[in-house]
Amino acid sequence: MKSAVIVFPGSNCDRDMAVAIEQASGVKPVMLWHRETEIPAGVDLIAVPGGFSYGDYLRSGAMASRSPVMAAVKAAADRGVMVLGVCNGFQVLTESGLLPGALMRNAGIHFVCRDVALTVDNSQSAFTSRYQAGEQISIPVAHHDGNYFADAATLDRLEGEGRVAFRYAESVNGSARNIAGILNEGGNVLGMMPHPERACESAHGNTDGARLFAGLVEGMMASA
Amino acid sequence: MKARVFVTLKNGVLDPQGKAIHHALEGLGFGGVNDVRAGKMIELDLADGTSDADIDAMCAKLLANTVIENYRIEKLG
Repeated sequence: MKSAVIVFPGSNCDRDMAVAIEQASGVKPVMLWHRETEIPAGVDLIAVPGGFSYGDYLRSGAMASRSPVMAAVKAAADRGVMVLGVCNGFQVLTESGLLPGALMRNAGIHFVCRDVALTVDNSQSAFTSRYQAGEQISIPVAHHDGNYFADAATLDRLEGEGRVAFRYAESVNGSARNIAGILNEGGNVLGMMPHPERACESAHGNTDGARLFAGLVEGMMASA
Repeated sequence: MKARVFVTLKNGVLDPQGKAIHHALEGLGFGGVNDVRAGKMIELDLADGTSDADIDAMCAKLLANTVIENYRIEKLG
């Protein structure tokens, strides 16, 4: 299994993401600078990490989503390559149109940085196969712009198609219908505000996030 | 040639920053403020002859996120 982690100016969870993927797959991901225009051949998982790309100028994720590498990420996603966007990565994926909706300023204005309870809404996706539907897990969040917004028709469609992967089980940021993570239509792109890569080792105090990477890698190995 | 682009949140989209400003104004004793909506203004210094269509495309492709925002272009001669 070959993977890549995209690095923008201002990314700060890229190395944590690389460690989490390496722990699950045994293979070190390629770190891909945002000016690259091609995804290396054979890459079947791309991670768009958290951070503050371009200092969150204009809107969180707005500048990064127009970086050269994102055109290549979009083309790869269209081919079925798995794409995982976490936190700022989720913002980049919505800004680039790979996922619907937008992530707005938290309803309470505050930057929220703590463990939050999530409910697994869909355990059938490639990203959530190691969880049980309805299971409650704990994953840390750290964001200022995590308030998920989409119009009612889009929200209905996401729910109707089982594309809500995770919901907040508590009040966090004002997200529509408590949405914490969503899938694209093909099920190969997941964007989520909570940081699974920060909950992968006992030293992190919590390993609920490791199951996301383990399940994803297991499924990809099985279908390879 | 200069143009100003005003980016504002669509009606119905919650504006936490506007709410915070509203509360701060009330805290300063300003009564009678019914609502506050915050937006941003972006000033563009453009080559003469830049077409309206190009300015519009700049707004639609980058300056505004049309999922949540509206934009208005004001050309300044």
